[in-house]
Amino acid sequence: MSLGAHLFLALLEGTVGALVLALTALGLSLVFGVMRIVNVAHGAFFMLGAIVTWYVSTLLGSFLLALVVAPLVVAAVAVVADRLVLRPIGYEPESTIVATIGLLYILEQVVLMVYGPYARPVTAPIYFRVDFPWFGYSGYKLIVGVIAAILLVATWIALARTKLGLYMRATQQDPEIAQAFAVPVGRVYTTAFGAGAGLAAVAGALIVPIQQAHYLMGLDALLLSFVVVILGGLGSLRGTLVAAFVVGLSDGAVSVLFSPTLAKIVATLLVGLVLAVRGRGLFGEEIA
Amino acid sequence: MTLGLHLGVLALLGVLQLVLPPFHHGMLARIMVLAAYAAGYNLLLGYVGLMSLGHAMFFAAGMYGTGLAISYLGVGVATGFLAGVVAGLAVAAAVGLITLRTAGPAFLIVTMMLAQAFYLATLYFNEITGGDQGFILSGLSLDLGGRRLPLADPVVKYNVALVVFAACLLLNFWLVRSPVGHILRALRENEERTRLLGYNTPRYKLFAVTVSGLIAAVAGSAYTLLFSYVGSTFAGIPYSIYPLLWTLLGGSGTTLGPLVGTLVMTYLVDVASSLTTGYLIVVGVTLVVTILWVPAGIVGGIRARWAPWLP
Repeated sequence: MSLGAHLFLALLEGTVGALVLALTALGLSLVFGVMRIVNVAHGAFFMLGAIVTWYVSTLLGSFLLALVVAPLVVAAVAVVADRLVLRPIGYEPESTIVATIGLLYILEQVVLMVYGPYARPVTAPIYFRVDFPWFGYSGYKLIVGVIAAILLVATWIALARTKLGLYMRATQQDPEIAQAFAVPVGRVYTTAFGAGAGLAAVAGALIVPIQQAHYLMGLDALLLSFVVVILGGLGSLRGTLVAAFVVGLSDGAVSVLFSPTLAKIVATLLVGLVLAVRGRGLFGEEIA
Repeated sequence: MTLGLHLGVLALLGVLQLVLPPFHHGMLARIMVLAAYAAGYNLLLGYVGLMSLGHAMFFAAGMYGTGLAISYLGVGVATGFLAGVVAGLAVAAAVGLITLRTAGPAFLIVTMMLAQAFYLATLYFNEITGGDQGFILSGLSLDLGGRRLPLADPVVKYNVALVVFAACLLLNFWLVRSPVGHILRALRENEERTRLLGYNTPRYKLFAVTVSGLIAAVAGSAYTLLFSYVGSTFAGIPYSIYPLLWTLLGGSGTTLGPLVGTLVMTYLVDVASSLTTGYLIVVGVTLVVTILWVPAGIVGGIRARWAPWLP
């Protein structure tokens, strides 16, 4: 293959990766923005989405059903965790971090006990090849990109146009004032946490036919989401989307042209660099 | 009285080696090294209020500094130890400089990112570091006044671990009661106000990150020397989470908390590992239970109820 073809492949891989990453990171960014908490268990929700997808599509034989069930199951788990653990500690930032690390371990180890230490694939519901002049490309990957893009737009519209979105934005700006204007802040928190987990779960579900489901798969998703959210600025959804493309495309390019490990090293160091120059990320508000 | 208590604990650890059966003897040697690591972590979390998720990077810097120097340069144990400490110091100071620009959750995430970059680097350069597999050092021995003490010998191992832990504990004890220690605590309580009082807060934070990383590196280097192994597992995120867990369980902001937390947790994990494959679930459950019901930790709880004088 020529360099041009390589670059095109990198661009393609990068775009699909960026869209899925944006979906995952959007969940993290939403939770941080609305609730002001760092959810370390976000990657575990991603992983759980993938595992549930494997179970549903293997036992019930329908991937499409899994795509609907997985986010609902994971959102339910998140809501329970929110009520049982996060609410009692009052969403205090550091305690929440510790609690979500605990949650991460609990989810991972339960999956290890039930599902086992295997990496298992799900066959893609649709299989076709898109033939470019230089190489063939998996049609399913393109569809994943399209679905992710649709979900991103849908989330955006939900936040910008619906009443719930208005509640969330109000809570993000000032929970006390929002409460004073009869926004049910407690319920908004729970909803945001569930929705954030659901977004991660959809991303996890979409990726299973490409990657395989494994109980430790959440870590990479978590770290890349952190990279994206920090780069874009904590709490800024617009920043998250822009950063997802920067990270996704550069990750795709470096992975294809050099090595995936190097790509991750570059991405993580990029964050350090951005923070050294601009402490609040690209679009972030100042946080204390 | 407080110094007496600390010396008493160290003396107790010294006496225990005479009565413990071999299994627990070895276990306690390991626990003391890890407790030194936790003590370094506690300095930052407990006294300055900075929560890091990247301490494995410092621990591993000590480990690789020592391991690589011994295996590639053929230096002795003492020089190897020094190499590990210098490596840890350099990494900690660099990380301190970068992370000082951040605060709150961003500090946690950036330390985690940098540690992950470090971990991936140990995998990427696997021709030198051995990656996942790591490498084994053999025949290490300490020269003490002309006598050769093999570090693989259980008695030597235990006592070296005790000396390392004692040094870290007493340094910690001295530091938190010194004037600098008071300023560090002031940073934890109210950073703005400390700055207003005229203290150069970034400099104190840099100092705290560096000393904390240094202690972690000392523990990492000692771990390599005593257990003759270097591997990237120790640079991974779980090894950044463990000192957080040990510190919180034992009581963050107490000098003896890290030892208690490491002791309880190591035995808990050991028991759980004989029961189920997913034994690390005890890590998760302990974190959640601690944060929900005993946020002050074991020693912190004792201090709040019965012994307000505990440092």
